Amino acid sequence: MSRLRCTVSKKFLLRGSQVIGEAAVRAGCRFYAGYPITPQNELTEYMADAMNAFDNRTFVQAESEIAAINMVIGASMAGARAMTSSSSPGISLKQEGISFLASQELPAVIINTMRGGPGMGNIAPSQGDYYQATRGGGHGDYRTIVLAPASGQELADLTRTAFDYADTYRSPVLILGDGMMGQMMEPVTFPDPIRLEDLPQKSYILDGAKNRPSRAIFSLLLDPSIEEERNWKLGRKYEIIKREIPRAESHLTEDANLVIIAYGTAARIAKGAVKRVREMGLKVGLLRPITLWPFPSKMLCEMTRHVRNFLVFEMNTGQMVDDVKLAVEGRAHVQFYGRPGGVISTPDEIAKIINSLYHRQQLEEV
Amino acid sequence: MAKKRGTITIDRELCKGCYLCISVCPNQLISISTELNQMGYYPAEFTETDLELDQHECTGCTTCALVCPDVAIEVYRE
Amino acid sequence: MLKKVFTRPRYLKDRVFHYCPGCGHSIIHRLIAEVLEELEIGDRTICVPPAGCAVLAYDYIDVDMGESPHGRGTALATGIKRVLPDRIVFSYQGDGDIAAIGTAETIHAANRGENISVIFVNNGCYGMTGGQMAPTTLPGQNSTTTPGGRDVSRDAAPIDLSEMLAIAKGSTYIERTAVNSPKNIRRTKKAITKAFKIQMAEKGFSLIEILSPCPVNWKLSPVEAAKRIEEEITNYFPIKVIKDNIGKIA
Repeated sequence: MSRLRCTVSKKFLLRGSQVIGEAAVRAGCRFYAGYPITPQNELTEYMADAMNAFDNRTFVQAESEIAAINMVIGASMAGARAMTSSSSPGISLKQEGISFLASQELPAVIINTMRGGPGMGNIAPSQGDYYQATRGGGHGDYRTIVLAPASGQELADLTRTAFDYADTYRSPVLILGDGMMGQMMEPVTFPDPIRLEDLPQKSYILDGAKNRPSRAIFSLLLDPSIEEERNWKLGRKYEIIKREIPRAESHLTEDANLVIIAYGTAARIAKGAVKRVREMGLKVGLLRPITLWPFPSKMLCEMTRHVRNFLVFEMNTGQMVDDVKLAVEGRAHVQFYGRPGGVISTPDEIAKIINSLYHRQQLEEV
Repeated sequence: MAKKRGTITIDRELCKGCYLCISVCPNQLISISTELNQMGYYPAEFTETDLELDQHECTGCTTCALVCPDVAIEVYRE
Repeated sequence: MLKKVFTRPRYLKDRVFHYCPGCGHSIIHRLIAEVLEELEIGDRTICVPPAGCAVLAYDYIDVDMGESPHGRGTALATGIKRVLPDRIVFSYQGDGDIAAIGTAETIHAANRGENISVIFVNNGCYGMTGGQMAPTTLPGQNSTTTPGGRDVSRDAAPIDLSEMLAIAKGSTYIERTAVNSPKNIRRTKKAITKAFKIQMAEKGFSLIEILSPCPVNWKLSPVEAAKRIEEEITNYFPIKVIKDNIGKIA
């Protein structure tokens, strides 16, 4: 479909992947390289159309996901807001490139529309890449900012945020969606497009050493003491990020005896489950992390003052549950329920699980 | 027609004693020094260093500098 | 009365090369620096160095440089050039970068006709990692992963990537030269000049393959290594213009 050439903010109805594309274009994304992989092809196709409408923006269908991330490294070195996208196996291929971006302190946005896995898996939505996103998945001592949208509007808003964070913190930023997010259609509004000349100047880019000394962007640091210094420098940056940007949505948690923790599509399902059990009189709430790295640990830890029971629901066999257990520091019971493989639970199914857990823990008493 | 005369200088601390200049000089005017440089190599040296220019056979053809990997040679010509 | 007719070029930093005695990288770096100065493009040039002995090229050639993961230099160069099309962007890569791990990126950049120049340093081995077989190691040539010599039935035959790139429709100019003799060094400088001029004229993808000595890993002296290129390597990888879709260029 042809992209929207409208600059006035009003509601649009687009598939999730297309929302990301439109948001990226409006955020001033000047370079996109990607490779077809289901279930995110709508994003690659959207960028093909959108970027070709500009004289000074580039779309490349790269020969592989590896080539795509490396083109993004180059584009970022040259100062452009750059993006690539893929789904699970393709994101595996990009890991070396992401590690280089982190060490070279270059901004870039990577979109992962998760599918069933591991291996070839399937094209249904899952959340099996949480570890990959938040624990690497490339080599070396770095972190990636990971954002988890749960609605069409958040796809739009967080894509803009991703580009801003990438530039502010000089870091790769990953948006962790899934096959369901990529396909769903919800009305969204977009902000006005950013003018490229309004984007912040970057003092570190490679654009030819005219009237200045030449500069090099590199991550090879043969002397261990210098590499150590670089690692700690990155570490200090990550501490700042951990202070400044963790975000989560709390839903009906103030009087809750049990709080569900879920993100993305799982959170949408959980929200429906919470509605059902609340109608039955159970005091249940939902905490929905929006930043997966940095994890909203402080918020969760503070919640343990009045909530002692958590149920983590993920569309995998248990990954974010580790971060929840770390965050509560032993002060609460943490249970896990998961459906991996691309199976999409219904709110009723989750409501049943919540109900049984609530009663087993005898949570009526306050 | 008078032949152009030239001369070269070899920075002995850049030279790694690879012998390439020696192998290409058409008048065989470069040899290997018997004194080590700071990198631990025996560098090349120009045999006409102590001669006056009008006694040089060096024509400043730059062939030695062309093959020198370490940019150790500067060439001068009339 | 005496004029200086040869000195360190402006775009070559005043540092001792870490390269081995007789290494071709040193010569090629100097030639590139000379060409950048003569064409007056140094202050708008961006280079992508390789993984390999020349990974530290930014210590020597005085232009903006962006490090690439092994083999992906042509992809990075593509990204840089598409964002800054009026800059001169070149990658400097070895035989592993170009013809092993980076084969797909090299072929596809050529196929797309990316307006970049590629300097392909072919020394028939993996130098930095200690002398393993490269895609361009010759049959019978010893290396640390082909003890007893490269055996075509076990280790495959050498790959001629420059010939493959000539088939790619987007490639404009492919030439193979060497830096083992004064004549070949002069030829290499002309070839590098042509490659940059093609980019300046926005005429597409060019690649210059340069047969380069690796004395330490070939276990030869620098003079013997230079001779080996003449007597052995050029029989397999002949010095010639492999593809010329541009003809004379001003």
